[in-house]
Amino acid sequence: MTTNLVEIRDLHKSFGKVEVLKGVNCDLAQSDVVCVIGSSGSGKTTMLRCINMLEDFEAGTITIDGEAIGYDVRDGKRRRKPEREIARQRALTGMAFQQFNLFPHLTAIENVTLGLVKVKRLGRDEATVIGERWLDRVGLSTRRNNYPGQLSGGQQQRVAIARAIAMNPKLMLFDEVTSALDPELVNEVLMVIKDLARDGMTMLIVTHEMRFAYEVANRVIFMNEGLIGEEGDPREMFIRPKTQRLAEFLKSSSFN
Amino acid sequence: MDPTSFLEQIWIARWPLASGVGLTLIISFLSIIAGTILGVGVGMSLTYGARPLRWLVRGYTDFIRGTPVLVLVLASYYVLGTIGLQLKPFQAGVLALAVFCSSHVGEIVRGALQAIPKGQTEAAKAIGLTFAETFIYVLAPQALRQILPAWVNTAAEMVKASTLLSIIGIGELLLSTQEVIARTFMSLPFYFLAGALYFLINFGIESLGRLIERKISIQS
Repeated sequence: MTTNLVEIRDLHKSFGKVEVLKGVNCDLAQSDVVCVIGSSGSGKTTMLRCINMLEDFEAGTITIDGEAIGYDVRDGKRRRKPEREIARQRALTGMAFQQFNLFPHLTAIENVTLGLVKVKRLGRDEATVIGERWLDRVGLSTRRNNYPGQLSGGQQQRVAIARAIAMNPKLMLFDEVTSALDPELVNEVLMVIKDLARDGMTMLIVTHEMRFAYEVANRVIFMNEGLIGEEGDPREMFIRPKTQRLAEFLKSSSFN
Repeated sequence: MDPTSFLEQIWIARWPLASGVGLTLIISFLSIIAGTILGVGVGMSLTYGARPLRWLVRGYTDFIRGTPVLVLVLASYYVLGTIGLQLKPFQAGVLALAVFCSSHVGEIVRGALQAIPKGQTEAAKAIGLTFAETFIYVLAPQALRQILPAWVNTAAEMVKASTLLSIIGIGELLLSTQEVIARTFMSLPFYFLAGALYFLINFGIESLGRLIERKISIQS
């Protein structure tokens, strides 16, 4: 019996000869909002992508709500789960990407309802009701019939968040969702995430927005060279970093 | 040359010419359809196939694309015969064109699928779609729009390539025109007529292609 929603144990991941994750351990309780910071190449995004099996990982375990993600261990042998099972497990989490990755041939509402209809097997009407509710939540109900190409970057990212969250995931993953946005569009996306945090959504957020991390996160993870270098309350960590590496990172980042 | 006598000759030759046009249309249609079905398989194998399959199919497309269509037509009629598979001229011709078409369509499909950003597949996976669902609902609709212009080109090429079947005695438009010329000695006018008919067929194909392209284009 576990009290944590997400448990990551001894997570190892290599790309060829380069070991990107060197044994990461991390827990998320229900309604945790955890921001992951660190310099590029430190493994933040890779950790996120392992959680929904966009990347395979060589060793360690990830469990969500007590369910082992991606791999079965039988007779001491570790086997990748069948593709269909992995697809189902991916729907336990929702993900928003740096590049939005909306489906360009579908309207905003169709983007949001695709998963509801094809994965959750809801009827089209029911899916549309849910989809409209989430488009409304991200402030885009008037844009429901627009194609991604007709929306600004900030609007696209909000639709992408609605698409992920409409699936009612147990955990939301955000992968540098504001990095590709013009500065004036960053805020509207961060507002949506803050709004979700107030709802009690469990979230793991990779971000370079230090101010945002400081405000929204109840815990911050600083990743350094494939390991968690430091973690804790941002109000504590950002003011009095324990490690030299974090102090240097904070100094070089925009937070001050 | 007396224009009224040319019109008269066209009238006299109307049935052979019409049957030539009909045969050209049927041959083109069948080879485009078969070639496209085969070509989609080729393109998907090249994109998603395991390495041995990919190499095999790569060898197939490179070989076919490096061979003149005329040689393919002759080979499918004469060479297959030597290994005990004697096809009728019509079957051999359509087979040769379909194989030729498939190698081109295969490359078009591969190019279109590979041009889709990786993020599309990842976003589809992230909401829980399986690979097959991702392909059907996310990748194929986008690839289709990319494929269409090049595919229409290939279809027009197939109509033109169908003239090569005259060499194995299939009375498509070119051969039936030549037969009419042999009887009337009006070579230039009838060749022009054939040219105009080919133009009409391909113009029709391209107009249809443009119409579909407009219908399915993504708004932005």
